[in-house]
Amino acid sequence: MTREFPALGLILLFPLIGVVFNIFCGRRAGRVAVNIVAPALIFLAFGVSLIAFAVLLTMPRGAALALTLWPWIEAGSFHVDIALRFDALTAVMALVVTGVGAFIHLYSDGYMAGDQDYARFFAYMNLFAFSMLTLVLADNLLLMFVGWEGVGLCSYLLIAFWYDNPEFAYNGRKAFIVNRVGDAGFILGILTVVWALATHGVWTVTFSGMAEHRAMLRPVATLAGLLLFLGATGKSAQIPLYVWLPDAMVGPTPVSALIHAATMVTAGVYMVARLNFLYVLSPQAMTVVATVGAVTSFFAATIAIVQPDIKRVLAYSTISQIGYMMLGVGVGAFAAGIFHLMTHAFFKSLLFLCAGSVMHALEGEQEMNRMGGLRHRMPITWLTMLIAALAISGIPPFAGFFSKDLVLAYTYSSGQVWLWVLGTITVGFTALYMFRLIFLTFHGASRVEPAKAHYVHESPPVMALPLVVLAVFSIIGGWVGLPEGRLWGNAFEHFLTPITPTIIPGPGAAIAGGIPPSVASAIALALALIGIALAWVFYLQNPGLPLRMAESLRGLYRLLLHKYYIDELYNLFVSRPLFWLSQFVLFGGIDAGVIDGIVDATGLGVEGSGEGLRRLETGNVQHYAFVYLLGVLAIAAYYVYLVMG
Amino acid sequence: MTPISYFMVLSAILFTIGVLGVLIRRNIIVMLMSIELMLNAVNLAFIAQARRIGSMDGQVIVFFVITVAAAEAAVGLGIIISLFRNRATVNADELTLMRW
Repeated sequence: MTREFPALGLILLFPLIGVVFNIFCGRRAGRVAVNIVAPALIFLAFGVSLIAFAVLLTMPRGAALALTLWPWIEAGSFHVDIALRFDALTAVMALVVTGVGAFIHLYSDGYMAGDQDYARFFAYMNLFAFSMLTLVLADNLLLMFVGWEGVGLCSYLLIAFWYDNPEFAYNGRKAFIVNRVGDAGFILGILTVVWALATHGVWTVTFSGMAEHRAMLRPVATLAGLLLFLGATGKSAQIPLYVWLPDAMVGPTPVSALIHAATMVTAGVYMVARLNFLYVLSPQAMTVVATVGAVTSFFAATIAIVQPDIKRVLAYSTISQIGYMMLGVGVGAFAAGIFHLMTHAFFKSLLFLCAGSVMHALEGEQEMNRMGGLRHRMPITWLTMLIAALAISGIPPFAGFFSKDLVLAYTYSSGQVWLWVLGTITVGFTALYMFRLIFLTFHGASRVEPAKAHYVHESPPVMALPLVVLAVFSIIGGWVGLPEGRLWGNAFEHFLTPITPTIIPGPGAAIAGGIPPSVASAIALALALIGIALAWVFYLQNPGLPLRMAESLRGLYRLLLHKYYIDELYNLFVSRPLFWLSQFVLFGGIDAGVIDGIVDATGLGVEGSGEGLRRLETGNVQHYAFVYLLGVLAIAAYYVYLVMG
Repeated sequence: MTPISYFMVLSAILFTIGVLGVLIRRNIIVMLMSIELMLNAVNLAFIAQARRIGSMDGQVIVFFVITVAAAEAAVGLGIIISLFRNRATVNADELTLMRW
């Protein structure tokens, strides 16, 4: 059932107004106006999303609100509209994007208080909100792709926001180029789907239309699924295209929170969940998604343990957590993956905002070795970050516990035990690196540089308020998805099931010869507690121990510190060969040799023939007369030939 | 009566002499005279043919040609005098200013 709901357009319109306002009037209107308008518009979009959500709740399960704005592409029988669709899945995404986004905008008012380019910053932020909402509200694959590219652009613009630093600009380009690789796969995936449907005479790219004709997609399901997933690995920073995300941390911290933690990077998960009807046709593609998710999750968590930079720890943590979401959607528990997406949006954006608060207090310091003991000076930041850390570590009753537990339970009941083992070990690592961060930053002796020590202060209320709100959601956000049979049970999954049906037995189902689900869950919890305890021993109880361990396990430590040398490997095996190919084959050979050769040869040929032909112009009138005579004779001969036959 | 072919052969011989004069002689006054010779060779052919077919058209054309030839000789000699005053030569080999 679908109901026309014109107010959906407002969800997109409000951020767009913000973009126009900030670009054209932002500087003239002044800082105060921008600080009010930019967040207010996102709050308005949040309000409209809430209304739409309320309307959706009154409708039968599986219903959707829709709005067709105008026709977009009319090419024979191929017809695409600019059309929006607001179903249960979109509701979750839109509420997260506008809700979390609004509070991050508010936080930015305080964070960017010292920056002269506030108007440009908020223009980009509003543009991002607009693009991301286009992505989640789109009712067809092509419009979704427009949003997909739009968020990529905003990501680039905001990573390189302080573009006068060459390294930041470089990192922005890196993010953009790595995403291009993924997006090439994404667009090929779209074309594969369209082509498969078109060979049967069906011309549609709407999600409902494709789901209706899903049988025709069966032959190309694996190919299309993998190509689209390549796009997802780029956008959602999964192996093998995750390398841009840690470097994206040079952008302003609210950007990291909004784009590179809560919303944009989860677009890949949303895409897989949205196209669940395609993915369930191909167990192979699903296995790839789940495996990549689990491996990425583990891999990134190990790197996070030794990183010295507070934002880099969080970046690898984000990669790791998105791995969980991919694991969830990959084993067929789409709702569980989206559930983790939602809770992650709360606690990870909170973690970033807290890190931003710390950096704000320490004049941009990011090295945890020069922090410590900040707890007393910044109690709100400390408490909210502790809540977020407990949530991400999977300690009940915080939000992360329920979502992570659901993902792992489904992984286990899907029978892919090795993925479950990987995911469960990662829970321990997650707790370890997260409490390492907490202890190094807020506890122990202060290692802050003396010059900055007197300056340390709690952030202003405009920054503290979003922290508190997100902390509340980091606690209660998971309660919409309690285990079955407890209170209202897993309301979240029931809400999503008509849109993204879970295709494997429930998390309560034990698998043959395995351990009971409750024990599996307890193991994860125990590992999380062990992780916290280890962090306590290493970084509070015995601060010299990590150094000694790093000394004795020098090889492993260096491997982790240098992120498995993946950047170096990419440089060696991808960037350098590509550069060499461009420099010497494509430029030196094809461009300078063949293309320029043809152009030069044309010019030289004209010049040379002119040089030769101009010798005919002797200036001697008798020579001309002779040639003229020859011409006359030729014409005469021709007529003679005609007459004589 | 003299056969028509005699006139035509004479006309061809005169025309050829004129052509060769233009092509070979270096003195542009002689070249101008050779052009006059060619015109008169053509005039002869016109007259002969006009007489053969009993038409006045050829004779009329000859009068036009004589008129044009007179004008041409006047203009041509004027150019040559001007040229000689400027360059002090009437040798075609030395008058190649408009060359590459």
